[in-house]
Amino acid sequence: MSDKISTYPGTSLSEKEIRDGKVLSIQDQMPGKFSWDTGIAIGKYLAGLKDGVIFGSYCATCRRTVVPPRTICEWCFQPMDRYIPLEDTGIVNTFSLCYVTWDVRRIKEPETPAVIEIDGASSLHGIMHKLGEVEPQEIKIGMRVKAVWKSAEMRQGAITDILYFKPHEGSH
Amino acid sequence: MSMRKVAVVGAGMTKFVRRALETGKELSWQASSMALQSCEMTMDDVEAVCLGTAPDAFDGVHMNGEYLSDGAGAWRKPYMRSYVGGGTGVFVPIQGWYHVASGLFDVVLVVAEEKMSSYYPHAQGAFLTIFDHTTERALKPNLLWIFALEMNRYMQTYGISKEDIAQVAVKNKRNAADHPSALLGDPNITVEDVLNSEVLAWPVNRLDVSPVSDGAVAIVLAAEHVAKRITDKPVWIEGVGWNLDTAYWTNRDLAYPRYVEYAARMAYDMAGIKEPRKQINIVEPYDPFDYKELHHMEGLLLADRGEAPQMVADGVTQRDGDMPVCPSGGLLGVGNPIAAAGLMKIAELFWQLRGEAGNRQVPGQPTRGLAQAWGDLMQVGTVVIMGR
Amino acid sequence: MTYLEREPAAPKAWQDEMQVTNRYTYGVAGERFFRAIKDESKILGTRCNNCEHTYVPASLFCERCLDHLDEWIDVGTTGEIVTFTHLYVDYDGSPLLEPETIAFIKFGDGGIIHRIESNESQQIEIGMSARAVFKSKTERAGSILDILHFELMTS
Repeated sequence: MSDKISTYPGTSLSEKEIRDGKVLSIQDQMPGKFSWDTGIAIGKYLAGLKDGVIFGSYCATCRRTVVPPRTICEWCFQPMDRYIPLEDTGIVNTFSLCYVTWDVRRIKEPETPAVIEIDGASSLHGIMHKLGEVEPQEIKIGMRVKAVWKSAEMRQGAITDILYFKPHEGSH
Repeated sequence: MSMRKVAVVGAGMTKFVRRALETGKELSWQASSMALQSCEMTMDDVEAVCLGTAPDAFDGVHMNGEYLSDGAGAWRKPYMRSYVGGGTGVFVPIQGWYHVASGLFDVVLVVAEEKMSSYYPHAQGAFLTIFDHTTERALKPNLLWIFALEMNRYMQTYGISKEDIAQVAVKNKRNAADHPSALLGDPNITVEDVLNSEVLAWPVNRLDVSPVSDGAVAIVLAAEHVAKRITDKPVWIEGVGWNLDTAYWTNRDLAYPRYVEYAARMAYDMAGIKEPRKQINIVEPYDPFDYKELHHMEGLLLADRGEAPQMVADGVTQRDGDMPVCPSGGLLGVGNPIAAAGLMKIAELFWQLRGEAGNRQVPGQPTRGLAQAWGDLMQVGTVVIMGR
Repeated sequence: MTYLEREPAAPKAWQDEMQVTNRYTYGVAGERFFRAIKDESKILGTRCNNCEHTYVPASLFCERCLDHLDEWIDVGTTGEIVTFTHLYVDYDGSPLLEPETIAFIKFGDGGIIHRIESNESQQIEIGMSARAVFKSKTERAGSILDILHFELMTS
């Protein structure tokens, strides 16, 4: 605030004032239900996940393999040249131990989100997923991991067809 | 390119609070009328209005720009809302700037508002909707994930500790103790307090994070001939820049914000700045989380990569240091009503460069400052350079 | 240029919801406006004498000159029908069992959108007067639905 201004507006309200009805309120929701078309490239990605394969796509102009696949390379704005089946292994680019759910409930055992660079994609190209079958304190950046899939009959063409990524000793 | 000079001539803001009695319209009006009064102007002088507000889900109002328009003074005026996520608060003055620089308007009112308390029970739930609906949202991510993931990568890449980063939260919350509008100012907070606060998403603790808030900020922009008529202390907008990285945030380097660098280079070029570390006196980088201030200082080319924590440790970024950073108290201390928080940084530079910042005044009569914000899904940088 | 093609076996769509839940308070002017409805069965406006404009619902400020408004006016409970519509489908497109009539009823220089009492709704005409019918005080919660509907004043 400028030192020329002595008062400034805005009135703080406590949760109690609302709960006790000292201040009126109404609750409402915006019920937004959607059906998003998967489109071309993400359709291929989901079809691949159903078959237990992670697909990327390759841009010959930029010599780059991206994941998830896309139809247009955002670097050169040219059509991608082809889909490429990638490995279901990779390395942990970064991770977190999260003690709060998306709707801000506290949890004792942390969720373990990570960015995983997928083998076969270009350097620093990965996807967001979760880690599992590992003590949270033992997760390290650079750790090699492998996808743990739902059984074939349970897979539906969704990112959740991969349950999580677990530590993996083998080289690719 | 022929562009007119544009000055900030007035500014106003509400308190930033967890939950405001006022509606978003009323907060917008309070900030707008205060900004106009500060330069003795009325709505008759205002030719167009620019408004910034973040996702509609927070205010719980679809078409929030239209909803807020009466409080922003937009009645029967050219009016437009801009939105680039968290970057909005520093983008909306850029939008206002080109309204005036282009010659279309002489006086423009710029307003930014957020009322996040309307999302109930907690605004974090709304952040789920920013992730890709098909490939990410099914994992039930929350906003903390992406900050925690980016912070961890930044720490690992440069060997930075949580202690190094916590110093930023301490500095900003202490600075905010001098800001009359601040929500979380604390003159006595320590690094231990930050490290001992609840772990939300390791490596992020509660006090590493800025608070969800309600608030509004407004500034008045004027063309040179008008600015010189109404004030002897105009603060000029010398450079603007904005830049967007790939929409695929898991397909790039998370340790370095290249898009912030590009936005900064655009602004430096426009302002004729060759040596930003010598020519910028005050910095207000975006600090929704404490590591982001460091990340952004590096992207702005004001610190070498991985070296920003050392500047903090050496006291360089204190209010009386060689390069004060977030003398306002930043989002960490003043609060984070998203779009309003970015415009708060512009208002801070306006007051600092006029020597009107009271207890927060940076010594040495600074002549040039930079404000920056960041947003969308970790991909947009917005930069404004101001000087007197 | 050739483009990547669609995989015939691909799932066509991904379905989900956006769970946006809100709690709204009414603000400085709204609090007084809805308290007056709830506790006093009154509709209040605020007056800007610069712009000669009366805001209904009441506003804390004038959107034209941005002045603070502190002159509160009881605008009565009878207003004029500015326009109306008969609704035969619900908001989700399903047919309404009982058609509803919604009208914009002028108070001051603004007004209220509300339902018209169903028995008489077919007689509605633009320019008619309509009067607010309030719920019993014990049923009122401090919302626009504290007004049950408007009834037409057929003189």
